[in-house]
Amino acid sequence: MTTSDTLEALAKAGIPAPEKPLLTVEKLTRVYGKRIGCADVSFDLWPGEVLAIVGESGSGKTTLLNCISSRLTPTCGTVHYRMRDGASADIYKMSEAERRYLMRTDWGFVHQNPIDGLRMTVSAGANVGERLMAVGNRHYGNIRGAAIEWLARVEIEEDRVDDQPRTFSGGMRQRLQIARNLVTEPRLVFMDEPTGGLDVSVQARLLDLLRGLVSDLGLAVIVVTHDLAVARLLSDRMIVMKEGRVIEAGLTDRVLDDPRAPYTQLLVSSILQV
Amino acid sequence: MNTLLVASEVKKTFVMHMRGGVELPVVANVSFSLKGGACAVLGGPSGVGKSSILKMLYGNYGCDGGQILVRHHGRHVDVASASPRLVLEIRRDTIGYVSQFLRAVPRVSALDVAAEPLLIRGVEREAAREQARGLFTELNLPEKLWSLPPATFSGGEQQRVNIARGFITDHPILLLDEPTASLDAANREVVIGLIASKKAEGAALLGIFHDTDVRNAVADHVIDVSAFAAGKAAA
Ligand SMILES: Nc1ncnc2c1ncn2[C@@H]1O[C@H](COP(=O)(O)OP(=O)(O)O)[C@@H](O)[C@H]1O
Ligand SMILES: Nc1ncnc2c1ncn2[C@@H]1O[C@H](COP(=O)(O)OP(=O)(O)O)[C@@H](O)[C@H]1O
Ligand SMILES: [Mg+2]
Ligand SMILES: [Mg+2]
Repeated sequence: MTTSDTLEALAKAGIPAPEKPLLTVEKLTRVYGKRIGCADVSFDLWPGEVLAIVGESGSGKTTLLNCISSRLTPTCGTVHYRMRDGASADIYKMSEAERRYLMRTDWGFVHQNPIDGLRMTVSAGANVGERLMAVGNRHYGNIRGAAIEWLARVEIEEDRVDDQPRTFSGGMRQRLQIARNLVTEPRLVFMDEPTGGLDVSVQARLLDLLRGLVSDLGLAVIVVTHDLAVARLLSDRMIVMKEGRVIEAGLTDRVLDDPRAPYTQLLVSSILQV
Repeated sequence: MNTLLVASEVKKTFVMHMRGGVELPVVANVSFSLKGGACAVLGGPSGVGKSSILKMLYGNYGCDGGQILVRHHGRHVDVASASPRLVLEIRRDTIGYVSQFLRAVPRVSALDVAAEPLLIRGVEREAAREQARGLFTELNLPEKLWSLPPATFSGGEQQRVNIARGFITDHPILLLDEPTASLDAANREVVIGLIASKKAEGAALLGIFHDTDVRNAVADHVIDVSAFAAGKAAA
């Protein structure tokens, strides 16, 4: 019997197929000349799971995120992704076109600075609609309708749909960037310091929105943040990095409430309690 | 009665790297079991390690030794060595926890804080909120607070939100860390009633109660944590 026959038999018997990781990262390393970006990082990410990568500035978080999301070629190591058909694919063995298609459809990437993830001189609606067109949607009415619906989900009023994001506040731009990423219903979203440049009250609103979207859509997320409070609010699991290496990993509340590694204890004890 | 949890030889020592690596042994050889339909109470003076034991059972603190076997989805799993993913699944379906203090999430209403454990299980939002409303009413939480985030609530109000959150599901095991500490007599009675109904439903409860009246009203047996004090075990 083949694997798919077995799974079918299980399904008929009402037994759910055993879940498999969505993403498997093995020994991922990136060096810049003699300098280490990230070294020897391995982990699995499961469907619907939110993983935070934390550490101080320069610890290799962005390097790691970019290597996983195929935006930066690793020096060595592998990244396997489970495609919608259930097959596991080595993302660095795909063709450039396949990889680009994956990034446009099944993946999202939310940059710290919305300018890096938006087109500032086209309308908000077009910023969202563009991603739909990229996956082959051609019906203007449907695209506009979906754009308006997604703007509403990120709390942007319908009357702003024709405005360009350069007229938006920082928080609104970030919400627009999130809508642009989620409109294609990705299964995995990468975020690099998504609340980084925002005022605290704007941050709280964005975090609340993200929490809701992540749980409603069952998204898997890898979020890079230097802010342990953001990790606590958003993530199930976390990885603590220092000098490019993983210092400690585990359930988010356990790493924060019962940190083991000297470096993690230092980080946690440095947070201002409010 | 059926045994739902067995802790054996559980050990906890904190190593304080910020203070030169000094070791703080808290408990060792923690062994007990919890049965369905009964409420056990952790006893012993402040600082003896009662909350740490609850946190290890919930997977919030790591264990430095021993096993915590739990009946989860019809099989036995060890919380002490479970993967993060399994711990989250155990929390969703098997072990509930009323922490001593509510951890407030900005912008989330008291109603949604209490409803969340049901939402995680896939219960429809309105149905989950309806159950939360029922518990809030029972716990005499003023209705004008329901739609507000609990961050600005008084200690007693926050505690009632936390209790509603813990009691809203039908987890077979429920851990309670001083749930009545800042409640008035009337609301303490409500909590005693809630605990009695959980027992009647067959849940296994383990609690820490400062108040002797509450303890006497709910406890089926007392586990003396001083007996597990790490210093004692070493001697
Ligand atoms: N393009 C680059 N060229 C050379 N060194 C780099 C480059 N990008 C990052 N680095 C170095 O790699 C290390 C990790 O950086 P980065 O991944 O940006 O960390 P983080 O996101 O945690 O702040 C740092 O020492 C940084 O100086
Ligand atoms: N996360 C922690 N890190 C370091 N020490 C801790 C931590 N949690 C508890 N302790 C210490 O463990 C001991 C037992 O605390 P706790 O379990 O809260 O006791 P109890 O609930 O019986 O009052 C205390 O000395 C406390 O300071
Ligand atoms: Mg960075
Ligand atoms: Mg305590």
